[in-house]
Amino acid sequence: MFGLLEVGLLALPRLCTLGRSLHITSMRRRSKLDACNMYDKMKFEFTKENKARVESLLTWYPEAERQGALLPLLDIAQRQHGWLPISAVVAVAEVLKIDPMQAYETAKYYTMFHMKPRGMYVVAVCTSTPCFLRGSDDLLKACSKMLRLEPGETSKDMQFSLKVDCCLGACVNGPVVTINDDLYEDLTEVSLESILSDLKCGKVPPAGPYSGRCSSEPKDGATTLLIDPPPAGYKMQDLDDSGEK
Amino acid sequence: MIRAPLVKALGALGSPTHQIASRAVRTSAIVAQTPAKAPEKIEVFVDDIPVQVLPGTTVLQAAALVGVEIPRFCYHERLAVAGNCRMCLVEVEKSPKPVAACAMPVMKGWRIKTNSDLTRKAREGVMEFLLMNHPLDCPICDQGGECDLQDQAMAFGSDRSRFTDINYTGKRAVEDKDIGPLVKTIMTRCIHCTRCVRFASEIAGVDDLGTTGRGNDMQIGTYVEKLFLSELSGNVIDLCPVGALTNKPYSFVARPWEIRKVSSIDVLDAVGSNIVVSTRTNEVLRILPRENEDVNEEWLADKSRFACDGLKRQRLVAPMVRMPNGELQAVEWEGALIAVAKALKKANGQVAGVAGQLADVEAMVALKDLVNRLEGETLVTEQGFIKGSGTDVRANYLLNSTIAGLEEADAVLLVGTNPRYEAPLVNTRLRKAYVHNESQIASIGPKIDLSYEHDNLGSDPVLIKDVCSGSHAFSKVLEGAKKPAIIIGADLLEREDGAAIHATIVEYCQKLKKPEWNPFNVLQNNAAQVGAYDVGYQPGADRAVKAQPKVLFLLNADAGKVTREQLPKDCFVVYIGSHGDNGASIADAVLPGAAYTEKQAIYVNTEGRPQQTLPGVSPPGMAREDWKILRAISEVVGTPLPYDTLDELRARLEDISPHLTRLGELESAGFNDTGAQAAISKSIGGGAIDVKQKELRDYFMTDAISRSSLTMAKCILAVNKQKRQDEQAKQSVAI
Amino acid sequence: MAAIVRYNLLTKPQLVATLPGSLQLQRLQSTQAPPAGTPPPQTKTKFGPLADEDRIFTNLYGRHDWRLKGALKRGDWYKTKEIVLKGPNWIINEIKTSGLRGRGGAGFPSGMKWSFMQKPGDGRPKYLVVNADEGEPGTCKDRDIMRHDPHKLVEGCLIAGAAMGAQAAYIYIRGEFYNEASNMQLAIAEAYQAGLIGKNACGTGYDFDVFMHRGAGAYICGEETALIESLEGKQGKPRLKPPFPADVGVFGCPTTVTNVETVAVAPAICRRGGTWFASFGRTRNSGTKLFNISGHVNNPCTVEEEMSIPLKELIERHCGGVTGGWDNLLGVIPGGSSTPIIPKKVCDDVIMDFDGLIAAQTSLGTAAIIVMDKSTDVIKAIARLISFYKHESCGQCTPCREGIGWMNKIMTRFVKGDAQPAEIDMLWEISKQIEGHTICALGDGAAWPVQGLIRHFRPEIEKRMQQHAQQTKRASN
Repeated sequence: MFGLLEVGLLALPRLCTLGRSLHITSMRRRSKLDACNMYDKMKFEFTKENKARVESLLTWYPEAERQGALLPLLDIAQRQHGWLPISAVVAVAEVLKIDPMQAYETAKYYTMFHMKPRGMYVVAVCTSTPCFLRGSDDLLKACSKMLRLEPGETSKDMQFSLKVDCCLGACVNGPVVTINDDLYEDLTEVSLESILSDLKCGKVPPAGPYSGRCSSEPKDGATTLLIDPPPAGYKMQDLDDSGEK
Repeated sequence: MIRAPLVKALGALGSPTHQIASRAVRTSAIVAQTPAKAPEKIEVFVDDIPVQVLPGTTVLQAAALVGVEIPRFCYHERLAVAGNCRMCLVEVEKSPKPVAACAMPVMKGWRIKTNSDLTRKAREGVMEFLLMNHPLDCPICDQGGECDLQDQAMAFGSDRSRFTDINYTGKRAVEDKDIGPLVKTIMTRCIHCTRCVRFASEIAGVDDLGTTGRGNDMQIGTYVEKLFLSELSGNVIDLCPVGALTNKPYSFVARPWEIRKVSSIDVLDAVGSNIVVSTRTNEVLRILPRENEDVNEEWLADKSRFACDGLKRQRLVAPMVRMPNGELQAVEWEGALIAVAKALKKANGQVAGVAGQLADVEAMVALKDLVNRLEGETLVTEQGFIKGSGTDVRANYLLNSTIAGLEEADAVLLVGTNPRYEAPLVNTRLRKAYVHNESQIASIGPKIDLSYEHDNLGSDPVLIKDVCSGSHAFSKVLEGAKKPAIIIGADLLEREDGAAIHATIVEYCQKLKKPEWNPFNVLQNNAAQVGAYDVGYQPGADRAVKAQPKVLFLLNADAGKVTREQLPKDCFVVYIGSHGDNGASIADAVLPGAAYTEKQAIYVNTEGRPQQTLPGVSPPGMAREDWKILRAISEVVGTPLPYDTLDELRARLEDISPHLTRLGELESAGFNDTGAQAAISKSIGGGAIDVKQKELRDYFMTDAISRSSLTMAKCILAVNKQKRQDEQAKQSVAI
Repeated sequence: MAAIVRYNLLTKPQLVATLPGSLQLQRLQSTQAPPAGTPPPQTKTKFGPLADEDRIFTNLYGRHDWRLKGALKRGDWYKTKEIVLKGPNWIINEIKTSGLRGRGGAGFPSGMKWSFMQKPGDGRPKYLVVNADEGEPGTCKDRDIMRHDPHKLVEGCLIAGAAMGAQAAYIYIRGEFYNEASNMQLAIAEAYQAGLIGKNACGTGYDFDVFMHRGAGAYICGEETALIESLEGKQGKPRLKPPFPADVGVFGCPTTVTNVETVAVAPAICRRGGTWFASFGRTRNSGTKLFNISGHVNNPCTVEEEMSIPLKELIERHCGGVTGGWDNLLGVIPGGSSTPIIPKKVCDDVIMDFDGLIAAQTSLGTAAIIVMDKSTDVIKAIARLISFYKHESCGQCTPCREGIGWMNKIMTRFVKGDAQPAEIDMLWEISKQIEGHTICALGDGAAWPVQGLIRHFRPEIEKRMQQHAQQTKRASN
């Protein structure tokens, strides 16, 4: 697997700025198209940058098993387009030389592929049990009120989509909300409101816990890892005793 | 969801490391398939009955060996195992959970309990879940009476429903999909067994069907309102264990207990698929496939299944004679027969007969005998073949590798044929060879979609010479193969250089042949063709024209190869057949015959297997069985044929060729007899090699019956519409 | 999703290995000298708290630099070359000695699982697949590993891969973890750049690639065969077993699918020795473990603790106790959403390890503890889980597709109390009809919470029904 390093770097165009780097997010607004039902007939083509990204991604999979790259490719297509039109699915199928139905089946199966236009900011509120215990239902209600959207709806100006999610994977930081790719943790109605109003002004607030704690540490102060990490080789066993190779 | 068979999937691996891998897997998988030297049988117990099975046998197969049938929905012998319906769960002693019998290989000493409490409870549970969202609309469901879900609910289900939520939120409802004019979908009834999806991708080779969404919202469908475009689409109706996919033209027509079933043979292509004709009150309602491992397995092509409405339209119901004003007028039988007899008497031996693509062997023999008695010699088939005496040797015009045999072929060359549409069920065998047998397939002819990958070598006829001289790359493949096969399209041999092509390939096949394996194949596309050659008809309607007969019999000859202009002005044309098609339009006397569902008649399929149709209904109006009409003519003309009953006629058939009456049996045409025709020049020239049926829309109407079928017309419309849509999509709106 | 192993599919030696500790002990006593790779007997009787110096995930909270430089400082990639050069048998023996059991939920002995890959090869490449599709409600331990200690995972991939003779590792990370994937990818790139993986990884002469594959939102892809399907670019629907992934896995090649935490602790075990790891926790439950404590505690957090620590101590020590005090506790879901709930009286002295929780009719799962205090509508809490399972059912097999949807309908009514008491038994039966009848373990995972609820909170459900009946009666009057 030559050139893997380059591949890794290619997929990360901005090494220094963390987070936003795997694939470029570019969302274009297409409110007009919403009115006339033209989704099936739109033309889709990968941009030059994304083509390079696709090419390098393909090398991650055995040559005859290129279909493995289907999920990442659909993701790139979705990021390029803002959502995933059928033409993009077909384009991806062409790249991978698989039947469009296979790509379509897969795209329909995963919840992260949006086959209808969606807002610039997809706000997903987790309502699963751990978050529910920390008050996610009230948060959802508040969010719905602030955005004037019911779950599953997209605002007319294509700015916001509201979505209910089942588990976003940050349960000890509940209740959590994701906005596109970022997790906003330990939210209250107040902190959520400030996040949403920031977004409405076009400002993306920092992700992470909003209760002042550091990631998943106990909020009243760490109970563990109070000393500096032991140095390399600390209490390392002797590797030479049972020399077997 | 659908997994390509492992061997194939791995065979496709490409990168260097993976290639090594795939080779290894392939060998290991092959080893696994055919266990090396004397695989030791293991003993298992099914309901305490001991049974010896090979390792790798599934629980379900082991149970079948002792005659215990395990209920199933998703499992089908001819499809990949999905294991998703869970109806086949059975208890295995010492296993805490029931196992899926269809997928689980047995282990030594297993005690399988197919009727224990645990098993019954598991089945009842699955049944309850299946019925939970099933609409239970059996009274308005076409599947009612022949529904697996109904039957198994009776046998294994609970006697009451606990689904109280029907009073709160109701059941799931799913939008129906329009997947074409043949298959009607009522998707709410679907139990997600995915048989149809597996059939489409494994057997038909079109990935049009799939599952979308997930969980309770999972649906079966095509993507974006696409039609399920396949020449085998009707089989999903048989496969569907519930009423989700039903026969669209047959919808709301009849109940299974009202209909009479007659086992018969299909004649709309040369495969000779075994069918069951369902009739009620002298009307053919539908046609279903009948299992025959050697011919059609249990599939049926769409034309054979759905063209049966053509049997009711454009029918000739009364004898007609052309009046001096040029119009055909219906007359009584007597008048018609006398008119024909008069013309025959005047003809003075200048009598000829042309047999068309639907003619049965009995009628052809009767016509031959009649014409011979009247001192006529010219008896030909409408379709041509190689010039010269090619039909003298049987192996020259048969599919010698046999239909079932093609499954084992490991290298196949198709010359000027599109088996996908000329013989869809031969194509499924080739696909099977491709999928399971690593078969390498190449074609000479236009670029066509065969539903499996193949090399198109080009359409230049010179390629045939290249391959057969061993200089082409594919020759190596053929010569290295254990069971190579070359299949020539029957239409190709009609060409001027047909004989040269034929001779070249015959010669090459002499080199390729193996003991017990004949690589030379002609794929016929007319049901009557092999039978006609077998009873001594000459190929080519042009011979009949050349004879300039005074009386010309057209026996089901509707291809339009004989035109009025080619015949002498005073030639009296007698048409015997079932449909008012090309043949009847030029006839002076039209004698209404019986269609294949209305007579007991023998047809010989492309591999040379004689099989007989049985009458499901009686011929409409005054129509009669064809051989009886000829017998009546012979009587009126004063040279009565020496048989009055079908049995007597069959005895005559046996005199001509004994194999004809050994119904269902395959008489192998010894390969050594294939006549290399020295007299024929071997110069292959002429234009590019072509096939008639290139696309699906060319498939639906190929004979008098399918041309009369409304359903087939709808299919063509639907295919054309889809094509337009696809083209529009290509010039899609840019954003 | 928790990797729950089907016991009926295991071979006999595999079964023995998963027997409760007492049985295993008897077996050991009967033999004179324990074979290599046997964990030393545990002599401790009190477990936890863990000393900071014994913690493996020293950057769990991201207080330090997670990049290569920081990781090297904390001891990652230290003498990795020497460890790899010790050979597969040595590594697997260390893992066996450590008594490490899979951290993804099933708790299958890791050393044994990895040794399945040692079968003589047939030329096919082998793959290590790391299951980072963490999506079970309550579980968020792998997220912290991947964003704050990614090099532990990359190094773990190399060591586990070397032990199996794998050619490459694929890390299948759930799609929602975009930033975590980003960190992971960066760590992989750094490791390539430093020559730690790739051609001649760490200078060992062994070629090993690590790729990252992002999922796209499907909990079921945490099931190993569904994950493999998804990695192959198909719908994530579990495959039938057999064949097991160790025979036919991803791309048709032998594959082992392991949880992130399992892989990430492997380097530490190899460095400090299996006996060190085995010194924590009770016999057969050894090691340290990341616990996620969420829900009604004062300080929900992720914490690395010793196995076999009592639940109460864990909550009191690290989470500031249950909101409103221990007596305000209603119940706990001890191992992620698919494990049955246990009420307070069981929680009082339950021990957080595999055997301790099985004794309490539940399971350690992923050690994701969801705490509920007395203010909780427990029926609604469980109903939420069922609606989660309904949403995540792949729809492939009947009991799961139809059964969970039905349970969800019933549970929705139970929340309101709009049902008959007889339906509680019916729900129990339905859950039993699903359990063990499906292709994968998602059906079981959905059935167990319902069973736990009925087992321990039946009066609660009945009371709700009575209230509802009275209300409707009053309304109709």
